[in-house]
Amino acid sequence: MGYDTSDDASVYKVTDDTAVINTTDFFPPIVDDPYMYGQIAAANSISDVYAMGGVPKLALNVMCIAKVMDKAVIKEILRGGYDKAAEAGVIITGGHTINGAEPIYGLAVTGFVHPDRILSNSAAKPGDCLILTKRLGSGILTTAHKADESLVSARLMYRVYRQMATLNKYAAEVMYKYHVSSCTDITGFGLIGHCYEMAEGSRTSIHIKASAVPVYAEALEMASYGLVPEGAYRNRKYTEGKVKVYEGLDLSLEDVFYDPQTSGGLLISLPESEAKRCLAEMIAEGVDAAMIGFVTEGDDYAIYIDK
Amino acid sequence: MKTVDARGLSCPEPVVLTRKALQSKENAYQILVDSETCKENVTRFARSQGYNVKVTVKDDDIILDLSK
Repeated sequence: MGYDTSDDASVYKVTDDTAVINTTDFFPPIVDDPYMYGQIAAANSISDVYAMGGVPKLALNVMCIAKVMDKAVIKEILRGGYDKAAEAGVIITGGHTINGAEPIYGLAVTGFVHPDRILSNSAAKPGDCLILTKRLGSGILTTAHKADESLVSARLMYRVYRQMATLNKYAAEVMYKYHVSSCTDITGFGLIGHCYEMAEGSRTSIHIKASAVPVYAEALEMASYGLVPEGAYRNRKYTEGKVKVYEGLDLSLEDVFYDPQTSGGLLISLPESEAKRCLAEMIAEGVDAAMIGFVTEGDDYAIYIDK
Repeated sequence: MKTVDARGLSCPEPVVLTRKALQSKENAYQILVDSETCKENVTRFARSQGYNVKVTVKDDDIILDLSK
């Protein structure tokens, strides 16, 4: 995709109708259950392929084993990865493991896409609407849970982990039927960080309707308790001066908009004429999607948070 | 006045310590932190508990004076 815009994956055109997408991501455990961790790490690694418009096919395990891990735990992580990959139609054909201080797991994923159907995160068009396919606030809730397990119920954390482990496949398969102009997945930069990249890259401005963005209500409460991860403050700083928020926006909601997400949803920019149908189809497929804003010509600010 | 020295700790620990300290329900506390993130987070927490927060920066330390 070139180096000037900020896509995470590489794309290589092999023939006139086939391009290869390569991407990798991995991270230390964010959940105690090793099987869940494996699934989340795999779903996260595979996500980039969907964000680029592709279909994932092959993967390699990337793993670092720490001394504290026993064999059963390692097996469970790998089983999580294999199961999630299988759900995505991906075959794990091998991989590489090293020993280190901290456990790490993820996949290096290969996917395919027609060269004319590659999606980039920097091609949003004025007049587009924006669809987001997962709820926000997982970073804050994970931080709160780490601070004190009594702050967030086990039931809610399970929902959060389940969402992280949900493949963006289901949203992507719907998305592929429409004339999508631009797409990215929401990860470490949070909603605003990724919107900013899209707006900057496509020389447009993005309007987000604050009340339309799906967030975990409990994340708002935890943000007001100061359980906001450092990454959210970094994201705020990174986009300083580029974001115009309406007066009276709740600080906790703003924190959630900057909250880094693990294995977050897709942010999809597509023509207004198709957006409603696409959204309805996603919801019918069980995707927790919502229309959260629209794209205009480049204005004074890259991002406007509206009431 | 009760003081919580949370310097050198990273989030969410300073918030956890502040939360523990505030259980004694006094009208004033002083919390010491040394990062912008911890300053923001402890301030958010203190406000959620009904305290006003005054911020003073002294060298590398950030002093948060909480009062009701």
